[in-house]
Amino acid sequence: MSAVMSASTSQRGGTLLLSRYAECLFWFARYMERVENLARILDVTDTFVRHGADQSGWLSIVQINADEERFTKLHGRATAETVLRFYLTDKENPTSITSTLFAARENARTLRPLISTEMWSQMNMFFNRARQLTPDDARPSRVSQICAFLKEGCQAHTGITEGTFFRDQGWAFYSIGKYIERGDQTSRLVDVKYHTLLPTLRDVGGAQDVNQWHALLRAASGYHAFRRVYPSGMTPGLVAGFLLFNHSFPRSIVTSIHQIELYLTQLGSGYGLRGAYVGLERLPEIRAALMDQTIEQILARGLHEFLDWIQLQFLGLADAIAEAFWRNPAPAAGVAWSQSQG
Amino acid sequence: MNDHPAHGLLDLYEKGPFYCEMKDGAARDPRVATIFDRLAQMAPEELRRRADIAEAELYNLGITFTVYSEKDAIDRVLPFDLIPRVLTPPEWDTLERGVRQRVAALNKFIWDIYHDQKILADGIVPRHLVLGNANYRPEMVGLDVPHGTYAHVCGIDIVRDEHGGFLVLEDNARTPSGVSYVIENRHMMLRMFPDLIDGIDVKPVGDYGMQLHRALAEIAPADISDPQVVLLSPGIYNSAYFEHIFLAREMGVPLVEGRDLCVERGRVWMRTTAGLAPVHSIYRRLNDDFLDPDVFRPESTLGVAGLIDVWRNGRVALANAVGTGVADDKAIYAYMPRIIRYYLSEEPILSNVQTHICGEPEGLAYTLDHLHELVVKPVGESGGYGLIIGPHASAAERAEFRAKLKADPENYISQPMIKLSVSPTLCGNRLAPRHVDLRPFAITGRDTWVLPGGLTRVALREGSLVVNSSQGGGSKDTWVLE
Repeated sequence: MSAVMSASTSQRGGTLLLSRYAECLFWFARYMERVENLARILDVTDTFVRHGADQSGWLSIVQINADEERFTKLHGRATAETVLRFYLTDKENPTSITSTLFAARENARTLRPLISTEMWSQMNMFFNRARQLTPDDARPSRVSQICAFLKEGCQAHTGITEGTFFRDQGWAFYSIGKYIERGDQTSRLVDVKYHTLLPTLRDVGGAQDVNQWHALLRAASGYHAFRRVYPSGMTPGLVAGFLLFNHSFPRSIVTSIHQIELYLTQLGSGYGLRGAYVGLERLPEIRAALMDQTIEQILARGLHEFLDWIQLQFLGLADAIAEAFWRNPAPAAGVAWSQSQG
Repeated sequence: MNDHPAHGLLDLYEKGPFYCEMKDGAARDPRVATIFDRLAQMAPEELRRRADIAEAELYNLGITFTVYSEKDAIDRVLPFDLIPRVLTPPEWDTLERGVRQRVAALNKFIWDIYHDQKILADGIVPRHLVLGNANYRPEMVGLDVPHGTYAHVCGIDIVRDEHGGFLVLEDNARTPSGVSYVIENRHMMLRMFPDLIDGIDVKPVGDYGMQLHRALAEIAPADISDPQVVLLSPGIYNSAYFEHIFLAREMGVPLVEGRDLCVERGRVWMRTTAGLAPVHSIYRRLNDDFLDPDVFRPESTLGVAGLIDVWRNGRVALANAVGTGVADDKAIYAYMPRIIRYYLSEEPILSNVQTHICGEPEGLAYTLDHLHELVVKPVGESGGYGLIIGPHASAAERAEFRAKLKADPENYISQPMIKLSVSPTLCGNRLAPRHVDLRPFAITGRDTWVLPGGLTRVALREGSLVVNSSQGGGSKDTWVLE
């Protein structure tokens, strides 16, 4: 695999990328992925609650985003209204979709010399529509519609990016950001179910429980694929295992890790960036944790603890990449003055 | 031209006592008449519809400047008028030669004042106007720049009087902006108005980025065969950021900020994912003051410490050079016709607006006698501060100003009020005459290249002569006929 890649990328090896642009691409991708996933989480929670889970479902979103302190100060109790407002339209809340889209667009603005005109234009129009959402739109009756709009905007971004963004090292940084965020968010999505389950442990395996796992699969756009793989079964273990480990499911954590490895390898052997190895060194441990235990073992040891650990791994990986490529850029790598840098 | 529909766009069009770029232009070239005719045939609602689409497109494409407040970023579109301003081949020939001549004289002047100062010794330009000018940079004395070019990118602001004669209003030899609109306006016109341009050959404007890159490569250190060019921007908060993006893209070079660059081992480098990479030629869109905290403003974080030193040693190129501001000053402007004659031994192809130098006895006498019909402006560093518009001033104000003028005549120049030309402009659902100016852009490395046409700015408010975007100005596409 890597041999093929280095052959095809060697001609592009001369393309230079400013460290600042690498950082912006990484974050641009992360923010867009985050918006899409937050919309998925809000949507699925809405479904849970509508199907009978108590209101604590809304609190779980606040918990998985570690926003309890700020949220409680502002709103006190977590209800559909307060949580939706906090995460959809609150400009003061840095973790809201509005704020995240703003951050994505400011990164895109910086990246305009690099990204395609269509990417910027779509981002711009999407943001301008999203910023017009009012607290009134964040009502429970409209959640589904608004989340659909947000997902669609993010997916249009993904499609335009795939179809128009030049495939030099910028693409690799963008993709790494996207998959780190996606893996991290999938772990949070599964965690919603864990939190929602907490107060109703006695219902495990009941109709309610199965319904919720269904909804979770749908939120991750994995329901039909899951059915194809497991036509007859639907246990918590199967669903969680699918979301975490399935190699073919585009939102699974294993897929994310695999993609991150692919793009880090491309940066290392295709573009000769030594910083890539700092990231690559961290992958075997994560992969081992994913491969070496069954979902039953994980459930037995504590799913939440496992998801927490995974999130820490993504955090560490992102940190190592930042350190290697933009926080402390490497000194001149023996580049001769007169040598052409293309 | 006489077959207007019942409610034609131009039915009520009265150009007034001004030269009209379209109506008077039609008498100079039948193709202008054709364009005029096509416009006259168009339904006002159709034109309005296209104008609205165009504005939405500019907004969505982000061809905007951004106004930042504490919590928000608001994008504003520079208003774009769909009615083109058309220049005939002979008109453009005059303008192009005139701009070349002016740029050549400006560069020779800047070389001279930082070297032999012959023009000062010969008494053509008063010594204190140059040496006492805030934009004169003593750091530049004795420094040689490649090809003797200082003002690599020049924008010359030109207006037309009521007879259609071209007059230079101002030279911009620092970091003139607006060229991105010239090219984006053309793209927009071709999309929105293919039926207006159909069959009419207009000079293309798409070469600008390549020409700019060529000039920047020509001034790079001579031993570098494939120089790395960058565009240095103050960043996304600058109101001209769109133009910086545009030019970086058109040249295919990185848009860098000061924090992306550093000076090490006597060279300039940029921070990349592969480590530091050399930079050889910098198109900077930062003012002199912010370029290098070691030499200019120490508190500035936009520039690069040590940059000027590397530049002085010829290890990196800077466009425009430091210290060009003295040449586009109002005080020097008045002397431009003499500067052209002095260095080039030619008559100026483009006239200045008639300017009376109050520091000279005849100029002062004329100004005092005709104060009621002149605009009197202070020169030097104070810019537009403290000017008087004679026709609009009261007798008492004029008397007061007369005293000031006599006390310090060297600080003033005076000019007649110019009746700027007008161009049909979409106002609501009809076309009305609005005043326009023109800023052609010249790029100089080894030689000078002039972008065909330039930026036409239009004062959208009725009767207004102010074309600046901050005061209700917009822009038009400028067509130079082949």
